[in-house]
Amino acid sequence: MLTFTLRRLLLAIPTLLLISLVIFLLVDLAPGSPASEIPLTVPPEVRAKILEALGVNEPVHVRYLLWLKQFFWVEPLNGFDAIFGTNYAEGMQRIISYQSRSPVFPLIGERLPQTLTVIGTAYLVGVLIALPIGIYSAYKQYSLFDQFGTMFAMIGFSVPTFFTGTLFIIIFAVGLGWFPTKYDTTLTVTDWESFLKQLRQMAMPVMVLGLANAAAISRYMRSSMLENMGQDYVRTARAKGLDERTVILKHVLRNSLIPVVTVIALGIPSIFGGAIITENLFGVNGIGSALIQAIRGNDLPMVQTLAFIFAILIVMFNLIADLLYGMLDPRIRYD
Amino acid sequence: MADQALPVLEVRGLETVFRTRGGEIHAVNDVSFHLERGELLGVVGESGSGKSVTMMSLIRLLPAPPADIRKGEVLLNGEDLLKMTPDALRQVRGAKVGFVFQDPMTSLNPVFTIGDQVMEPLRKHMGLSKAEAAVRAAELLELVGISDAKSRLKSYPHQFSGGMRQRVMIAIALACDPDVLIADEPTTALDVTIQAQILELVKELRQKLGMAIIWITHDLGVIAGIADRVLVMYGGQVVEQAPVAELFANPQHPYTRALLQTVPKITGVREARLKVIEGQPPILTAALSACPFRARCEYRHAACDAANPARRAVDGQPVGRGHDVACHWQAPAAQEAVHA
Repeated sequence: MLTFTLRRLLLAIPTLLLISLVIFLLVDLAPGSPASEIPLTVPPEVRAKILEALGVNEPVHVRYLLWLKQFFWVEPLNGFDAIFGTNYAEGMQRIISYQSRSPVFPLIGERLPQTLTVIGTAYLVGVLIALPIGIYSAYKQYSLFDQFGTMFAMIGFSVPTFFTGTLFIIIFAVGLGWFPTKYDTTLTVTDWESFLKQLRQMAMPVMVLGLANAAAISRYMRSSMLENMGQDYVRTARAKGLDERTVILKHVLRNSLIPVVTVIALGIPSIFGGAIITENLFGVNGIGSALIQAIRGNDLPMVQTLAFIFAILIVMFNLIADLLYGMLDPRIRYD
Repeated sequence: MADQALPVLEVRGLETVFRTRGGEIHAVNDVSFHLERGELLGVVGESGSGKSVTMMSLIRLLPAPPADIRKGEVLLNGEDLLKMTPDALRQVRGAKVGFVFQDPMTSLNPVFTIGDQVMEPLRKHMGLSKAEAAVRAAELLELVGISDAKSRLKSYPHQFSGGMRQRVMIAIALACDPDVLIADEPTTALDVTIQAQILELVKELRQKLGMAIIWITHDLGVIAGIADRVLVMYGGQVVEQAPVAELFANPQHPYTRALLQTVPKITGVREARLKVIEGQPPILTAALSACPFRARCEYRHAACDAANPARRAVDGQPVGRGHDVACHWQAPAAQEAVHA
């Protein structure tokens, strides 16, 4: 297992380097330059100096290597300094956002907590709803509950989040007045009261995204359960005199979870990517909206850095999914 | 303890149908038989003759729906399994009736250890603690001829060969010292040498433990080797029933006779072609109103189309106790019968 993990981690290096190159070049090819953000009243020589200071006049390979160095060396050092109060990274050029003229990483650090609380909770809620629905729908296939679960999944799949989101706002915020229409990013949880307020403002985005996530996962769970319930070993378990609970929740579930866990693990990077539409709809000031703003504002370093972080997360969770697979299924051994 | 004179298992008038979109399939039609204590009853018939469905109906292992056990009684030590509550039935499954299935490659759960799976019935039915169950499980594995049993408890099914897995299945079925062991073609999926080993094992275990066995197979050679008595099934019903020697010496039903002729002889002159029974077994979409074998039978006559023959005694003993057959045609005297 350890050698497998190490080998996979080593293999991830060339993969990520290639991805970083593709991301960097693609974003770099995009039309527009940071110069377009500078007001026209700025004299040309000042404009040229600003561009020079941003480093945009260098050839592309130099900029790429510099970005790599900043990403893998300067920024981690800065993080180290921030934690331990040292100053190893002093004087080194960080990745600077064109828009705000400040380092990219602290900006991301500001946005990430909102995304993780809202989208992360939504994912967790989605999984927690989906698994029991999937299990019970399969156990009582074609029952009323199963039909209802199928309908629920159909809705979750086919109705886009901007529609359910708007609908929820109209019903629960405007009509019933239960929840606020907008997410207040400045709210900090200090006591019970503010905690309840936080829960209320999270409720709608979590429901909207949770529904969408639960729809897909409950279907995976159901079909995986159904596939395993027809297996011979289930008949063996029944022939042993085990009760239905043990047969379903031990024998069938353990086997059915193998593919579902993989699907769940592979879905986790999307939490960090944020849900652009939902974040915008409810005004959650997270990573998703940061990415949209950066794209609109021609903030190339921000876009490149965010895209690359997502790529790293995807590669990482792929590995985690593979390792989980091996832990759940004894037939798979990584030696 | 139940009365020793009573058969351990008595099945009367069992009828199982499958409800499908295309209508009902009458898979088991009025099957009656009994099983004495310590007896080995062989059940033969080709694929689709209702052997497995009958035996699975006994402990209601068939998924319902589509399966529906319409009629009949299954008396285990005098108690009707078909009338039991699901909970009471679960006390019987795995404890008083052990089941070994056809395909050992898929019958064990791939994600649990062998030990875990052997220990399950022990913990459920005998109330053993984990440690006690582990000791007993190791004994059981040794009993079925798995060496180094203690360390093998931690192995997973995929680390075992087919023959080994079938031994494990037998260990599971025997774990709680059942009165009846039902073996549903336990050697069909195994190669010939392993088949022989499993047969030897079952013979040996039967002597040691003394349980009654129902052995389903389509291999007449196996039946000749181990069975005390034989049921021949066709079209979801018992067409002939006799002690093993009697059946081979004096087969009455044209189907039994034909079956015996399909077995190649190793002595004497090689026949040009092995005999086959032409045609397919019937798919029973309606209750039987005529003999199910008539379309393939060389002795077919008017009576065969008019009524489904009832079982009648051949040797004067009551039906089910001696030799009986369900056929309108009267077989000629024994010496003309085919080789045994």
